[in-house]
Amino acid sequence: MSQNTLFDKVWDLHKVSSLPGGSDQIFIGLHLIHEVTSPQAFGALKDKNLKVKFPERTVATVDHIVPTDNQSRPFKDSLAEQMIETLEKNCLKHKIRFFNIGSGNQGIVHVVAPELGLTQPGMTIACGDSHTSTHGAFGSIAFGIGTSQVRDVLATQTIAMNKLKVRQIWCDNKLSKGVYAKDLVLHIINELGVKAGVGFAYEFAGPAINALSMEERMTICNMSIEGGARCGYINPDEKTFSYIKNKLCAPKNEHWKNALTWWKTLKSDENSIYDDVIKIDASKIEPTVTWGITPSQSIGINQQIPLLAELSPNDKLVAEEAFEYMSFKPGQSIKDIPVEVCFIGSCTNGRISDLRIAAKVLKDKKVSKNVKAFVVPGSERVANEAKKEGLDQIFKDSGFQWREPGCSMCLAMNSDKLIGNQVSASSSNRNFKGRQGSPNGRTLLMSPAMVAAAAINGKVSDVREFIN
Amino acid sequence: MKSEFTPPIGRISQITGKCISLIGNDIDTDRIIPARFLKCVDFDSLGKSVFEDDRKTLKGSHAFDLKENQDSSILIVNSNFGCGSSREHAPQALIRWGIRAIIGESFADIFYSNCIAIGIPCFTLPKKSIQEIQKYNVSQSLLLEIDMKNSLAKSKDLNFNLDIKESSRKMFLSGEWDATSTLLENANLIENKFNQLPYIKFNVQLL
Repeated sequence: MSQNTLFDKVWDLHKVSSLPGGSDQIFIGLHLIHEVTSPQAFGALKDKNLKVKFPERTVATVDHIVPTDNQSRPFKDSLAEQMIETLEKNCLKHKIRFFNIGSGNQGIVHVVAPELGLTQPGMTIACGDSHTSTHGAFGSIAFGIGTSQVRDVLATQTIAMNKLKVRQIWCDNKLSKGVYAKDLVLHIINELGVKAGVGFAYEFAGPAINALSMEERMTICNMSIEGGARCGYINPDEKTFSYIKNKLCAPKNEHWKNALTWWKTLKSDENSIYDDVIKIDASKIEPTVTWGITPSQSIGINQQIPLLAELSPNDKLVAEEAFEYMSFKPGQSIKDIPVEVCFIGSCTNGRISDLRIAAKVLKDKKVSKNVKAFVVPGSERVANEAKKEGLDQIFKDSGFQWREPGCSMCLAMNSDKLIGNQVSASSSNRNFKGRQGSPNGRTLLMSPAMVAAAAINGKVSDVREFIN
Repeated sequence: MKSEFTPPIGRISQITGKCISLIGNDIDTDRIIPARFLKCVDFDSLGKSVFEDDRKTLKGSHAFDLKENQDSSILIVNSNFGCGSSREHAPQALIRWGIRAIIGESFADIFYSNCIAIGIPCFTLPKKSIQEIQKYNVSQSLLLEIDMKNSLAKSKDLNFNLDIKESSRKMFLSGEWDATSTLLENANLIENKFNQLPYIKFNVQLL
């Protein structure tokens, strides 16, 4: 059992009680909600005649269902309109702070909370969304929950949960040029598999992690869940503190000093005990692309899609399913596979640094005429900053469509969807069957820089050929 | 699929039902219930859309479309079932279709907690036993009797010692799997914890 890791410390700090049966009652420091997984939770509160216990510890925004072309109300999609109205009513009724469209602070919940300074070290953070692991980049313990647990957090500010084991993923050396956090996390998931993280929190550590910016760290923690770990985190450091400083909801003045003093004590001890330790050599990683239907089915840009004989018996079943669904052949190169749609956005890679990198690749270049390309900023703040820097113009000049913030085609709950068996190069997090809105649509996950390169060439390309 | 839905309440100590086998590893919650069906403010209509895209692709030969499975209630799955999105809509769709227990090689974490929270016990068995059930189930129906107290599954021909997290097993036996009331009992402890946490004091902006 792990001891003295940051996870152990934050867990113990938030433990309210040991429940009969063996799970723990854990206090949730920050609860984030959105329109998709909260309405039934509010409905359950009403049925049980319960109130929201600490409304000031819950913050809401709207992201999953928002259109990215025309956000005027009422939305064209009446079901989407009903969902946003329900959230508006629930927040008003229960006095929950809601960052609505046009507030200047709306966006994907996992982009918004960090950029507003809500996400802080040492907190427990829960949200009815599996990518809540993103917030672990700040040294918080953050995890996705279902709607029944959203109800529990609203009613009690606590949930019942079994303590997770802790696996340290130590990343040595540093990423080479043209290789990004997305490539690193795809590589980790490929090494460990999509279910290795079940029952674990992942602590990402080592020189390659320390060298990452806060936004890159968010990309890493965001995809912990794709490796099966509902929680992923990184010990906070000076980068963490300076990212938070002066943000809208960050502690100010005396409070800032007190916060900093406490935050500096928050890290895994040098003699911490982990349930497992894995080592990764970051310097050996190439730009990485998925070829299948799970995020672990990935290869370096210069590699070939594996042959069945090269795979472990456990991986064969899903690989066969993937070959059939994707219509790719074992042994085929991933490079030069034609793409029809290019999507830059999502809670994984829809932040300002992602847009800057993609814009740099696209500057003075044109998107291939066979490609529909669009960029969806992660939040209104990201969009505004991008406009200030002229990035929106670079995207538009290249042939990318510039959209309004939201989750968009990461999960295609709005009208941004693949059609038929289109192949998309996507900076999002899931390449599941049907994930991007068409029951036979095909998703290739990659970094935003690689999406930009694919958009220019109309096929999977090595971004390093553009940035040298 | 059952026409009437009554949610489980109270103690769950015994589940008897026919098995429905679904073969495949890493079946994610997007497949169990595609995202477009999440545009709803309740869970009521989800049952009929369970596995919608997979079923359409298989044109009637999906396990959930086979005539002989229509009155089944114990789902048999392989490894990492329910991975991906945290959407509770997935188990809500399954329970509304008629699933009352799941036996698999392994489950994704969030899916597992969602199932427990709505009263669907999830048991694990080694790969070999799951394959044995799935093989048996190809040619004949398998009526299983699950005994929660002893974690046993019995049938005419096959018997298994099931695995389930001890905390979940106890909750089902005591009827306290609907966590809200248990959590609420500690109202004072929650209040104390709130007052003790260092960051509450320096986050006045949130208030």
